[in-house]
Amino acid sequence: MHELSIAMEIIAIVEEESAKRNLERVEEIGLKIGALTGVDPEALRFAFEASTADTPLAGVRINIENIPVRGRCLSCGKAIEVKEFIFICPYCGAGDLEINRGEELDIAYIVGL
Amino acid sequence: MNKRITVEKKVLSENDRLAAEIRRKLSEKRILALNLVSSPGSGKTSLLEKTLKALNSELNMALIAGDVQTENDADRLKKAGGKIVRPIVTGGACHLDAKMITGVLEELDLDEVDILFIENVGNLVCPSSYDLGEDMKVVLISTTEGDDKPLKYPSMFRRSSVLVINKTDLLGLSDFDIEQVKNNARMINADLIVIELSCLKETGLETWYEWLRERTAAKKGR
Repeated sequence: MHELSIAMEIIAIVEEESAKRNLERVEEIGLKIGALTGVDPEALRFAFEASTADTPLAGVRINIENIPVRGRCLSCGKAIEVKEFIFICPYCGAGDLEINRGEELDIAYIVGL
Repeated sequence: MNKRITVEKKVLSENDRLAAEIRRKLSEKRILALNLVSSPGSGKTSLLEKTLKALNSELNMALIAGDVQTENDADRLKKAGGKIVRPIVTGGACHLDAKMITGVLEELDLDEVDILFIENVGNLVCPSSYDLGEDMKVVLISTTEGDDKPLKYPSMFRRSSVLVINKTDLLGLSDFDIEQVKNNARMINADLIVIELSCLKETGLETWYEWLRERTAAKKGR
């Protein structure tokens, strides 16, 4: 249940950014969660709601963009999407893949006023 | 009027910053840092006990033992001959983070240390997200577990460099298929180094020791 620790980090960053930009109220937080992070989006929503109850961030919408695992096969050079965590090139069967998407655990944006 | 503010910041950026700082400090001192991860009961502490007994005379080892509660693991490592052993009791947290490691490293004299072992909390999910500044993660699995564990916890196997399969003395007593585990793990991480051993019967350990010697020497640039 490290989603709770992650929710606490999100809250800290959102508080810092919204103070910096003089936001009086935050309405939405946009997150990117890569499939390789092992972070469960629903557990994260729950942890965020539980830790913001009775705070100025209570009720903020969380918009999660799930990022699939993508990259390139270093043997045949084709662009690939890794499904079900099988890191084998679907075209040539090689295992040496360069992965460049799927590790994201980012706050993309904040909407507020 | 609502404003949309682009943030594009990593949620764990503070952890990553501290981890990078740890990595820099340990690299300056040419210390090999290994983060040991597994389910509870796979044999992380047992492997470290054996390693201390076998290599204490040739390598200086520092050990950090993380647990949700109790300092039992750290006590076992001290009894096994560990000279620099520090417990981290997380008090509920399911993983170690870089801040905890930074706090412990400040108290330690690392000048003569060759290897830092960090025994993470027994958990195959949460510790995978937290960089501790290690050179490599070593993931353990034991033959009393399911051979589909790599498929169930792909992030951890993807981010580890070595897979230690422990309790090989019990092979055949359950339906654990060691070839299946290796195949499953390599589908997730083709570069994974696999070491099979039994801490209890002390078989296969020499391969692990030899790997540690090689990596320590490489880190020292010898």
